[in-house]
Amino acid sequence: MTEKVLSNPNSPHFSVGCSQSPPLIISGREIKSRLFLGTGKFPNTKTMLEAIEASGAEIVTVALRRVDMDNPQDNFIEAIDRKKYLFLPNTSGARSAEEAVRIARLAKASGLSNWIKLEVTPDPNYLLPDPIETLKAAEILVKEGFVVLPYINADPVLALKLQDAGCATVMPLGSPIGSHKGIKTIDSIKIIIEQARVPVVVDAGLGAPSHAALAMELGADAVLVNTAIAIAPNPKLMAQAFKKAVEAGREGFEAGLAISSDTASASSPLTGFLR
Amino acid sequence: MNLEALAQKSQQLTQKHFGKTILLYAPLYLSNECNNQCVYCGFNSKASGKRISLTVDRAFEEAKILSKMGFKHILLVSGERKDIISMDYLKKLVVKLRDLFSSISIEIYPMSEDEYRELFLAGVDGLTIYQEVYDREIYKKVHPFGPKSDYDFRFETPERGGRAGFHRINIGFLLGLGEWQKELQALASHAQYLQKKFWKSQISISFPRLRGFEPLNPVTDKALVEMICRLRILLPTVGMTLSTREPAELRDNLIPLGITQMSAASSTAPGGYSSSDSASEQFSVADHRSVAEVSAAIFAKGYEPVFKDWDRNL
Repeated sequence: MTEKVLSNPNSPHFSVGCSQSPPLIISGREIKSRLFLGTGKFPNTKTMLEAIEASGAEIVTVALRRVDMDNPQDNFIEAIDRKKYLFLPNTSGARSAEEAVRIARLAKASGLSNWIKLEVTPDPNYLLPDPIETLKAAEILVKEGFVVLPYINADPVLALKLQDAGCATVMPLGSPIGSHKGIKTIDSIKIIIEQARVPVVVDAGLGAPSHAALAMELGADAVLVNTAIAIAPNPKLMAQAFKKAVEAGREGFEAGLAISSDTASASSPLTGFLR
Repeated sequence: MNLEALAQKSQQLTQKHFGKTILLYAPLYLSNECNNQCVYCGFNSKASGKRISLTVDRAFEEAKILSKMGFKHILLVSGERKDIISMDYLKKLVVKLRDLFSSISIEIYPMSEDEYRELFLAGVDGLTIYQEVYDREIYKKVHPFGPKSDYDFRFETPERGGRAGFHRINIGFLLGLGEWQKELQALASHAQYLQKKFWKSQISISFPRLRGFEPLNPVTDKALVEMICRLRILLPTVGMTLSTREPAELRDNLIPLGITQMSAASSTAPGGYSSSDSASEQFSVADHRSVAEVSAAIFAKGYEPVFKDWDRNL
C-alpha cells in the first residue's frame, strides 16, 4: 500500500517548504492525470478516443463484460493504446463477490491487467455498490496480488476497512452512476478524505465540470467521469472542460482553500492578545 | 406535455442510464411446432405451413452462422412442444452455445421455477415472456385452446423466472390486441412490480406489434412512440427492445427515443439462417437489412451498436 502525500497547508500533515505539488501515486505508480475516464456509453470509438485524448487522462476504465476476453484482437481493447494509457478493467455487472472475483481472475489470466476496479452492483437500476460483497471480494483479490480499486458508497467505515484490507484506493460515489447530480454525499466524502491513507477517487454522479472541481477542492486525489462526457453533444470539449476543472480544483486545494475549515476565521481573533 | 416534449425527456433519461449505445441480438428459432392455437400467430397448431423442429446439431449450425455475423447475445425461440424442445434438448444446446455466446436468453413456453433454475444453471441468463394481452376477456378469446389458455400461469411466469435467478427478464404485450392505453398501464405496473421484487434482475420491455393478423385494436406509429416515451419517463432504467417486426425506417427513428436493444438480420423460421427453403415464420420480418447495414444506421443516428454487454462468467 502506498500512503498518500498530503499537501494542503491546512492539513496537520503539511510539511513546511513543500512547494512542488506532490504527484498522485497509486500502488507505487505515478499517475500523471487526476482525471480518470470511463469508456462506456460513447456513441462510437472515434469519439471515445478523442475524448480520452482531450481529457489528458492516463487511467481509463473498461467494463470486462463489454470486451471479449478470449479474443486479444477485441476491437475495444485494440482501440486503446496500452503504452499510453493504464487500462483499468472493471467488474461491472457482477452481483456478488464470487462473480467479481471470477471475472477479475479471467482479466488477469488473459493478460489484460492485474489492476482491477472492483464493482459489485447487484441492483441494475441505480447500480449502487454492495458493501458486504465488495469487502469480501477485495480481501480475496488483494491476497491474490491484484491492485484493487473498489467502487463504494460514501461510507467512511467501509473505506477504512477496505484500506486495511490492502486496497490501493477507495472510490466513493458522489451520487448514483449516470445521475449527474454531483456530490450529494459531500459530508461523508469529507470524512473519507480526512481519514484516508490511500488515494480517494470520487467516482460516479459527476455531471458537470464544476462537480469535479468541487471534489478536488475537497481534497479528493482524483475523480472518475464517464457519462457526463460520453453523452455530451460535444464529448471532446466536455473532456477538456473536465480536465481544466480537475486541475483548477486541485490547485485550489493545494493553495489552501478556506473551504476545508468548518469554523469561521475571525478577523479580530478572541485569542489575539496571547501573541 | 406534448409528444415532442415527452420524446426529448425520454431521450435524456435513456442516455443517462444506457449511454449512446444499442445492444444488438439475434433470435434463433428452434421449432415452429406448437400445441397452442393463438389466433394471431403463424405457429398456431391449426395454421397450415411447413413444420420443423431443429435437432440440437442443426440448431448449433444455425447458431454458428449468427456467431459469424458477430452476435454475442442470442435468443432461443420456440413454439410450445415440451416433448420436442425438451429440457434435455435445451440443456444440450445451451452447453454448446456457451462457447459462442456471452449471453443466452429463451423465449419458449412457460416453465416451472425448478425448470428455469435448471436452465439458469446450464447457462441461460435471460427470459423473455410476453403476457400477449393483459385484458382477461381478450386473452380468453385469442387463446381458446392449449396450455396457454391458462392466463394466471402465464402471468406468473416472469416471477418464476425471477426466483430462478435470471439476470434479465423481458416482458411485453402484443400491440394490436387490447386497447393500448389500458394495456400500457398494466404493463407498467407489472414491470414496476418485477423491478421491486427482483431488484437484482434487469427488467426489459418489448413492443411486438402484430403482423399478418387483423388487429383488434390497431396501434399507430404515433401511439408506439407515445408508449415508449411514457414508459421511459415512468421507468427510467428499464430496457426497451425492438425486433425486426418493424420496418427499417421506423426502427431507425425509434433509436434515439428510448430503445436500448434491437434484433437484426433475423429469420423467424426454424432453419432460416442456413436454408431459404423456409418453414413457416412466426411473423414476417419487415426490416431485412444485414448486420452491417443496421450497424451503419445506428451509427448514423449517433449511437454505437454493441454486440457484447454481458459475460458468461458473470
